[in-house]
Amino acid sequence: MMQSAKTQTAKRQIVETQTASDPVRPGELLLSLRGVSKQFGAVSALTGIDLDIHAGEVVALVGDNGAGKSTLVKILSGVHRPTGGTLSFRGREVSLGGPGDALELGIATVFQDLALCENLDVVANIYLGQERNPWRLDEVAMELRAWTLLTELSARIPSVREAVASLSGGQRQTVAIARALLLDPKIILLDEPTAALGVAQTAEVLNLIERVRERGLGVVMISHNMEDVRAVADRIAVLRLGRNNGIFYPDASNQELVGAITGASDNVVTRRAARRARQDPAQQDTTQGATP
Amino acid sequence: MSAEAGGTSPRVPLDRADVRVRHEAGLAGSLRGFVARVRAGDLGALPVVVGLVLISAVFQSLNPVFLSSNNLVNLLFDSATTGIIALGIVLVLMVGEIDLSVGSVSGFASALVGVLWVNQGWPAAAAILVALAAGGACGAVYALLFNRLGMPSFVSTLAGLLSVLGLQLFLLGATGSINLPYESALVDFGQTLVMPHALAYALALLAGAGLALSGQREALRRREAGLSAAPLAGICLRAGLLAAVLVLVVWYLNLDRGVPWMFALFVALVMAVDYALRRTRWGRAMAAVGGNREAARRAGIDVRRITASAFVLCSTFAALGGVLSAARLASASQQAGTGDVNLNAIAAAVIGGTSLFGGRGSAYAALLGILVIQAIASGLTLLDLSSALRYMITGGVLAVAVIVDSLARRSRVSHGRA
Ligand SMILES: Nc1ncnc2c1ncn2[C@@H]1O[C@H](COP(=O)(O)OP(=O)(O)OP(=O)(O)O)[C@@H](O)[C@H]1O
Ligand SMILES: [Mg+2]
Repeated sequence: MMQSAKTQTAKRQIVETQTASDPVRPGELLLSLRGVSKQFGAVSALTGIDLDIHAGEVVALVGDNGAGKSTLVKILSGVHRPTGGTLSFRGREVSLGGPGDALELGIATVFQDLALCENLDVVANIYLGQERNPWRLDEVAMELRAWTLLTELSARIPSVREAVASLSGGQRQTVAIARALLLDPKIILLDEPTAALGVAQTAEVLNLIERVRERGLGVVMISHNMEDVRAVADRIAVLRLGRNNGIFYPDASNQELVGAITGASDNVVTRRAARRARQDPAQQDTTQGATP
Repeated sequence: MSAEAGGTSPRVPLDRADVRVRHEAGLAGSLRGFVARVRAGDLGALPVVVGLVLISAVFQSLNPVFLSSNNLVNLLFDSATTGIIALGIVLVLMVGEIDLSVGSVSGFASALVGVLWVNQGWPAAAAILVALAAGGACGAVYALLFNRLGMPSFVSTLAGLLSVLGLQLFLLGATGSINLPYESALVDFGQTLVMPHALAYALALLAGAGLALSGQREALRRREAGLSAAPLAGICLRAGLLAAVLVLVVWYLNLDRGVPWMFALFVALVMAVDYALRRTRWGRAMAAVGGNREAARRAGIDVRRITASAFVLCSTFAALGGVLSAARLASASQQAGTGDVNLNAIAAAVIGGTSLFGGRGSAYAALLGILVIQAIASGLTLLDLSSALRYMITGGVLAVAVIVDSLARRSRVSHGRA
């Protein structure tokens, strides 16, 4: 046990010197995936995925339910090991042995299921695994920093000393996002970060994504909300049935995107839109007028 | 947010800005908050304290010897051994696992001390160290089976219960029991050694002073940082109350022999474990692993190492408890660690308020729980009841404790405090 602890600290030091000595250049290629695949038994969740993430860039990852978006995020955060393919971080091939390795590289994640400990309070959850002073936890400093992070997200959390079990879904999501920001990461992976958020909190998260981009971080955002995606993304990568299905830019039409997501230009979404346009042209006009 | 913050006075602490929360201020407020917490199923130590008072009242009315200083001092001697084992159980329960073999491990450790020290002529200290290491090795085996082979701790420790008992019987061989020398320091420690009376008083007062001082420092730091803090009067009141109760207890015990050193060792271990669980990164990780193993893993915590530390510490504490009970009985026998030792240790941890569902518990649970268990055992012995009845009653108390735990858990879930 002593031995493994020693090698682990040694590894940590190497990672630190490599990344710390070398500040991120704007536009630098941070993370690059080549031919990544993941098999769950007989299910091929991902097949031959290629993806690049640059510093100062927001990449949106879209796709239908079960397309493999969360699986991809879990591979990038070290939760799952890929079955095949390579992962390079800043030009160097890496293999993530576990979530700890990803965190050390500077890859922070907000998981779809949030991965919070319900029995611990908000401060403990935000600092989990990263507590200050391991032998004498500095609760005051941690609580202060927690409040600062939460205020930045205009969180509405009554008390950071309540167990997370007592928070609403959106409050929990805010806590999970605050936790991802704690470590000053180089890349943030957000798996449906706004799914449960209110109007103000969603806007705050989108603002935050833009601020994070301006600070030169890479952002991967998964969302089913095309409006949000278009609002902040620099590139939109579409996954379909576990495969790359095209890269789009925010100026792509809705039809193009939906076509790539569902795999056909004649699909349930376009048929519905056409039907509604026939039935009620007036309403169609107003909604279109409201969008820009 | 900004409108609210602007509306209230600028001196509102950072954590009191939300207008929806009713924050209790002052002493009456603290009391109201306590009642609300209990209602929501956050029972803390309350049921145990109430239970202890009830048990004492019943047994005292049946036999006036029960609350005599002499009986209480004996009770503390007996509590220390199983209490230390229960302390280990608290740790495995924290990570959501169980160790059913602590009784056997304690018996094995006592046999090892008997054989190495008395039969082989080793120095006592060396024999004890080997016994503790052997206990730790048992825990390491469970951790290996759990982490590498995914064997549920329930099964592996059940297998361990039998195998280690076999080892104990093998060590003791045909004679079946080894008497430890009465003149030795170890047996003295287990049977007679008590704190000097003045020292016990001093420690009782020191505990109060320590609580007041640390509470004060904490409150000061929080206020400096712009956070809300407990009122000064409340801190002093609590510290004063603690000191008064402790001094009273020490005075009563000093009427007879005094506070056993063995019990003092137990309390010191409880305090050390309590600090480790509440104020270190390791303790946070223990609670996280027990609460949500996958979330702990994703936070970069080495969950295997944390689980292993719980198993190893539990078995080591079990071995220490076994050594001390050998000292208490001045013998290492085939009966050591069998019978109700296992159940009592687990029951003590659960009765004290450690959740069987993982992630909730405190070191003080072992202290409070073992006092309840030993009070019942001592009371029933005084009434000269058969061990048949004793087993049934202790089993019933354990059942009640688990029911309270489950009900409290359900209430916590519905009140959002899980
Ligand atoms: N742990 C697992 N074991 C087995 N199969 C899995 C596992 N995780 C995901 N899968 C499978 O992989 C596929 C992709 O799942 P994934 O969670 O990545 O989808 P998603 O794109 O995130 O969907 P959603 O939009 O619903 O969140 C699904 O078919 C799912 O059944
Ligand atoms: Mg998903």
